Amino acid sequence: MFANLRLLIRYRQLIQSLAARELKARYRGSLLGFFWSFVNPLLLLLIYSFVFTVVLPGTRPEGYEPYALFMLCGLLPWTWFSSSLLESSNALITGGNLIKKVLFPAEILPITTVLANLAHFCLGLPILAVFLIYYGTTVSFFELLWFPIIVVVQLLLTLGLAFIVSALTVYFRDVRDLLMNLLTLWFFLTPIIYPASMAPPWAQTILNLNPFTHLAISYQEVLFRPGPFHEVWRLVIVGGISVLVFLIGYFIFDRLRDTLADEI
Amino acid sequence: MTAIQIHEVRKVYRRFSRRRKFATLKSALLSRKLLRNLRVNEGFEALKDVSFNVETGRAVGIIGRNGSGKSTLLKLIAGIGKPTMGKIRVNGRISALIELGAGFHPEISGRENIFINGMMLGLSRREVASQFDAIVAFAELEDFIDAPVKTYSSGMYMRLGFSVAIHVDPDILLIDEVLAVGDEAFTHKCLDKFSEFRRRGKTIVLVTHSLDLIERLCDEAIWLDQGLVKAQGDPRRVVDAYRLDVARVEDQQFVATKRPSLTVTDDTPEDDVKHETEDEAGPGRWGSREVEILDVQLLGCDGQIQKTFETGDQMEIRLRVRPSYPITDFAFGIGIFNAEGVSCYGTNTQIEGVKLGELYSEADVSFIINSLDLVAGTYMLDVAVHRQNGAPYDYHHHLHTCRVTSQVNDVGIFRPRHRWSFSGGVKITLDNEISQRKSEEQKTFELSDTE
Repeated sequence: MFANLRLLIRYRQLIQSLAARELKARYRGSLLGFFWSFVNPLLLLLIYSFVFTVVLPGTRPEGYEPYALFMLCGLLPWTWFSSSLLESSNALITGGNLIKKVLFPAEILPITTVLANLAHFCLGLPILAVFLIYYGTTVSFFELLWFPIIVVVQLLLTLGLAFIVSALTVYFRDVRDLLMNLLTLWFFLTPIIYPASMAPPWAQTILNLNPFTHLAISYQEVLFRPGPFHEVWRLVIVGGISVLVFLIGYFIFDRLRDTLADEI
Repeated sequence: MTAIQIHEVRKVYRRFSRRRKFATLKSALLSRKLLRNLRVNEGFEALKDVSFNVETGRAVGIIGRNGSGKSTLLKLIAGIGKPTMGKIRVNGRISALIELGAGFHPEISGRENIFINGMMLGLSRREVASQFDAIVAFAELEDFIDAPVKTYSSGMYMRLGFSVAIHVDPDILLIDEVLAVGDEAFTHKCLDKFSEFRRRGKTIVLVTHSLDLIERLCDEAIWLDQGLVKAQGDPRRVVDAYRLDVARVEDQQFVATKRPSLTVTDDTPEDDVKHETEDEAGPGRWGSREVEILDVQLLGCDGQIQKTFETGDQMEIRLRVRPSYPITDFAFGIGIFNAEGVSCYGTNTQIEGVKLGELYSEADVSFIINSLDLVAGTYMLDVAVHRQNGAPYDYHHHLHTCRVTSQVNDVGIFRPRHRWSFSGGVKITLDNEISQRKSEEQKTFELSDTE
């Protein structure tokens, strides 16, 4: 397993090129091209802002203004996370020709998917920056140093889950449909469009069991809440979980690897 | 040194129907047979027990019927999929031409696809860059290299895939029936490339149905039959054995398919008028049946019934006839047609002036061809008994089939006895493959000449 992981380093150029290809191919033929990477999160934000200001006025909790910025801090990472998983559930099947006809490590396909979505996430960051400047939020440079660490933790978590999801889908195609609903549920069980403090005490337990809660709160702490990042414990816990998920995910993928070509 | 070691390899695929049954998570979870079903106890055995070694620098051809496990074996050697049992050991970098351009993405340009495909096959970005011009030139795609691959024709697509795969510079090249890409000129280029690979001491494993190619390119041939190695060794010997076997199976099929049509007509009652009218348009048999052809047999020189003959063999067409009353006005006729229905030869006892008196009871009539000088192919026979004026008693039109095989791929219909002779400024060399082949042909010709 670790030998295989090391082998991946040899393929880093390929992973890089494949991720670039995925980005290029996705917007080939569309009028707005890369612009969609900016527009998509903006539209999503617009919808939620509409819901919380026009449809449900007065539900916005105190002390979380500007609310749009608060939601954006969680929405961007969530979009990366959920679309990575959804797409990697298809990654091995759409790339089936490669696995059956060309010898190369199959895990490259889900990795590429996650990385391409990471690139999208990064393309969405300028919007976040514009919002931060527009609202005059002050983010200390020291606090911003936490940001890449959170991203790496999320990357590990996403990769681990992407391995499991992509390999299992080959054997059970219904994982895809299951995942879609599961992700919707997961989204509402994560404090993204509501602050964690609003949840009743019994729900707090559930929220705390959800690793993405800690990621979302970390993003919000670093980018939205003034003052130093004082909930480092969350990041440490979720970091540990992420490493574990990554290793378990890779282990499962490695176990199923030999029969992948026969099953696709 | 051994490049590829294959030791008691067995490969079982789970059967499709079972996979269907099992394709949903729900059914896997609900049926408690999960564990039992996951065990591989039934399935399709693509390879049963295959063992052989390939020495470095050898070109090995794998032949066999469809479904004999050739492609499975090649995939296992390439490392795509693992054998269910047994071991495969490979020394050196492999490039597998199993499906050309498998990794191409239609939306991006040929240039980018070359890089990605090359890296998939194990090159680094810099290595691809250094080979880039050669790859494009070999594929003859200089003008289109920046266009998206989806705009390519299938030939261009294949050429590009082939070109990338062959420029990976592998130690071992695995080829699965992909030589039929592009036009004649491109095929020649591919063959040249293979010769170059061989000269440079690379190992080649080739799966193909083109037996000629095996004889021409390979040092060794392996014949797979239903997942087992049936023969291995000198390509000419193995290919010949394979050809014989194919002919034998075809024979059996002929017997199985052609017989019923004859027996059906045999069983119909002898009702002259009805036959005249009914059989005319439909099946290939008509006539008054005052004399009936009961049976038609094709025999070889040893007197055995056979349906496949080698060019130059003796062929005997034996008719069993029975008159319903003694008849004096009669003649026997034979016609040979090729698969397109072109008449190759036709004659009867009357035009050849064979004096026949009376047919008074059941008799055998043999038409013996000393040397069947036809080119390879399937031929249909007409046999008939008729009056001197041509009115048929019993006419079998295209009802009997025979097959002629030949070691030489000459063309046409008729293969006259011939030989080649050279004089003056012609030098006959023996040092490369092509002339070796020629000398082989010459030997054959001399043989047929002395017969």
